Amino acid sequence: MFGSFLDILEECKENNTPFWETVCRDDCREEGISEEESLERMRAIWQAMVDSDRNYDEHLKSKSGLTGMNAAMVKNRREKEGNNTLCSEFESRIMERALRISESNACMKRIVAAPTAGSCGVVPAVLITMQEKFGFSDEKMIQALYVTAGIGGVIGERACLSGAEGGCQAEVGSASGMAAGAAVWLLGGSDLAIIHACAMALSGLMGLVCDPVAGLVEIPCVRRNVVGAANAVTAADMALAGLRSTIPPDQVVDAMKSVGRQLPESLRETGKGGLAATPAGREISRRLNEGSVGAEV
Amino acid sequence: MNVFDVVGPVMVGPSSSHTAGAVRIGLAARKLMGEEIKDAEILLHGSFLATGHGHGTDLALVAGLMGLAVDDERIRKSFLLAKRQGMSFRFGAIDLGDDVHPNSVKLVLESVSGKRLEVVASSVGGGRIWISRINGMKAGFSGEYHTLIVHNQDRPGCVANVTSMLHEKGVNSATMQVYRSGRGGHAVMVIECDDEVPRESLERLEQLDGVESVTYYSPA
Repeated sequence: MFGSFLDILEECKENNTPFWETVCRDDCREEGISEEESLERMRAIWQAMVDSDRNYDEHLKSKSGLTGMNAAMVKNRREKEGNNTLCSEFESRIMERALRISESNACMKRIVAAPTAGSCGVVPAVLITMQEKFGFSDEKMIQALYVTAGIGGVIGERACLSGAEGGCQAEVGSASGMAAGAAVWLLGGSDLAIIHACAMALSGLMGLVCDPVAGLVEIPCVRRNVVGAANAVTAADMALAGLRSTIPPDQVVDAMKSVGRQLPESLRETGKGGLAATPAGREISRRLNEGSVGAEV
Repeated sequence: MNVFDVVGPVMVGPSSSHTAGAVRIGLAARKLMGEEIKDAEILLHGSFLATGHGHGTDLALVAGLMGLAVDDERIRKSFLLAKRQGMSFRFGAIDLGDDVHPNSVKLVLESVSGKRLEVVASSVGGGRIWISRINGMKAGFSGEYHTLIVHNQDRPGCVANVTSMLHEKGVNSATMQVYRSGRGGHAVMVIECDDEVPRESLERLEQLDGVESVTYYSPA
């Protein structure tokens, strides 16, 4: 894994390889596997992402009963209202997909943690919807996943990728940065534009706390995946328009780490602060705790 | 960390630590037992106890004990599956102390042939696990490597005997830890290896003077 975005860019320049290949080659060297082997594994990951979207069951509710059927409602409205939704059709489909995959996660269906299970809807929502709109080949999508992995790797090395350590900015925030960079790459943006899209996405969600109601990966996690995905495409469009993060991307990641450290424990996946600590949040938690561990499903 | 740690694993939700990690703990305990499990007492600690039910940690632990993989969608029906296959299980609460990770569990297991095994393990984030005790003795390992756990009497030469056997077979050690109950008492060696340890070497180790038991864990 690379310790900085600048290291990736330097190696891209030195070897004259595209962003994705720089990440792929470096990983193969470190893991002692061939490029073919790595690509084969990434193909399986891409397939699993596509399947996690396809296999959404619109009738399923999570074990707690807190989530389910959100994506179907968004789809129904889009189909009924046509062009009258506030978001464009592309954005509406991204919203629906982020919900489909996150709800599937809450309902114990198979997903790809990217970078985590709680943030699993962001990257596939952006990538699958882009493939649908622009018609990219699967090869291209697999390459885009290396871009997301390279970005996530830098965030993991310099900061962290878990809500318990860094709050939701480290999960949905990181996923958003990963998706933003991959989106720029897919549309032919420069290596510099890739990392600046990521930096703008991270900046937009900096400080986002991890405050799951009753400690479960449902409220607000499922709908925060929508925010992460929407934030990713706006950051990508800004980067493609030539906007650059005023703060260098590596320094943005460092700031995220520092913010994560300053977050109190109650806002780092303990279910004790934020939305979890509201009267309604506490009431849900109390109600759920009455159903004991190991109870029949 | 590698690219597939960032984009992956493929798993059944909702939580890498509370679901995928819990499956892996069950799987690791099953491997350590080396045969089908007949009965399991599952004692939950900390966050596993507090939010485990909603995250399906209970279903995930049972699934792992039954040998289901982290991406097996039957995890959510594991209780039913266990019932069908005749594995009994029950849940309880335990306080393993402050120095134990909040996502921890103690498993008290019995196999079909009557073998008993106690495992304390934690889910330490991103689906990675840490097995900290086996049958009451300290044993820190991740389950990502071929792992050799040797219980022996605490006396000179035991460590040398084991490591020279590994050297002879060309097995490279990645990490090594040595614990003991007290000077001259019981000791445990936990060696994580890059390569597989041949079966005949394990049998030879068991014959060595001072060695009380040899447990071998293969990640594959």
